[in-house]
Amino acid sequence: MDNLQTLKQAFTTALGIDAAAVTDELTYNTIPEWDSTAHMILVAELENVFDVMLDTDDIIDMSSVAQAKLILQKYHVSFG
Amino acid sequence: MTTQSLSGRSPQEHYETLYSALLEADMYNIAQADKEALLLPLFKLLHDWHLTRSVHYHRLFGHTESPEEALAELPYLAVRLFKQLALKSISEDQLFRVLQSSGTTAQVPARVFLDKDTSARQSKALVRIMQHFIGKQRLPMLIIDSPAVMDKSEFSARAAGIQGMAFFGRKPVYALNNDMSLNEEAICAFAKQHNNTPVLLFGFTFMVWLHFVKALQRRNLKIALPKGVLVHSGGWKKLSEQQVDNSTFKQTLKSLCGLSHIYNFYGMAEQVGSVFVECEAGHLHAPLLADIVIRDPISLAPLPIGKVGLIQVLSVIPTSYPGHSILTEDKGQVLGVDDCSCGRKGQYFAVLGRLPKTEIRGCSDTGDKA
Repeated sequence: MDNLQTLKQAFTTALGIDAAAVTDELTYNTIPEWDSTAHMILVAELENVFDVMLDTDDIIDMSSVAQAKLILQKYHVSFG
Repeated sequence: MTTQSLSGRSPQEHYETLYSALLEADMYNIAQADKEALLLPLFKLLHDWHLTRSVHYHRLFGHTESPEEALAELPYLAVRLFKQLALKSISEDQLFRVLQSSGTTAQVPARVFLDKDTSARQSKALVRIMQHFIGKQRLPMLIIDSPAVMDKSEFSARAAGIQGMAFFGRKPVYALNNDMSLNEEAICAFAKQHNNTPVLLFGFTFMVWLHFVKALQRRNLKIALPKGVLVHSGGWKKLSEQQVDNSTFKQTLKSLCGLSHIYNFYGMAEQVGSVFVECEAGHLHAPLLADIVIRDPISLAPLPIGKVGLIQVLSVIPTSYPGHSILTEDKGQVLGVDDCSCGRKGQYFAVLGRLPKTEIRGCSDTGDKA
């Protein structure tokens, strides 16, 4: 699985949504499944699958799928 | 908003620009005079904003000029109005969440109406402020509360506090069971796993004392978390009734859990996000996003340094409800300005309990029998 697929899989697992819903535009708090509680589950999932440690700035800034990619790139996770 | 300012920006854009700049600045190294100069335009915008959007705010302050020279000129809402009125500056379709503060039995809960923007600002502000004390890293976290508090259908101030601090945690563990008894197994496993690494503990002051400290003592249990940081909030009222003051609290937690880094903060459910954290010297500090004014309880005139009066809390965070300036029922005194021994700039102060005869209220005072 490439990193993009891994990312999508992490979002679908953590938020319990369809893979098709995981687009760059998907934004925190715009769907009931991505609320602040789910956000922390998502963060844990991303840390787990990409083996990174995100700090408080990262998780506050991670307000969309597109942002998640940018933040993970800081930790050398490339999305091609 | 439809009106445009001279610069061609809407008041909302103007506010967002000023607010973002504040959030990026250091929360504690701007001297009071400079800080007030930064805050004044924001509070003027907020005052005008709520005048045009909140019926109640307009009814109360429609004839009050926006502040020109000093923050103390800003009008303030009595905190109990949040129980009596639906104070909001948004339409129904913008409503994201209603935060309810500690309504128990006969008490009427305060209601705070949040949209997504204000809610996001609250989370970010809390993170920016607490980073200053506990760092940016996230730590294994022990939440001194019951997981049931997060399940309730209404969003309580307790849940909001836990959720806000959870940004600093990883793999959160709840120290209490659903019936508020000590989850000894979970605590011991947590302590065993992290006995020599940094961890974060968070709870409301009274919960920490009644359901954690007292329960550990009853069971003759000690745990070792020498690198732990405890953050707690919610007020001392119930503890002072039991003759427990801040230094007793700290000493007891040190001897029971080996905790030597303990941060108390003062904050209102009506102003989630802008918290006043106690520094190493034991003083509460106003961060850049917030400030206080001490007022005479009778005349309500602003009081100078050292005089005891009612605490008015100011926060640049709320746009969804008119809660940027609130007169609390707490007594306090400003201890100094820009010269605390900890090095932080701005005003530092002490909270000296409640005004007598007010309704008993506090985040951590919910549902407990001492």
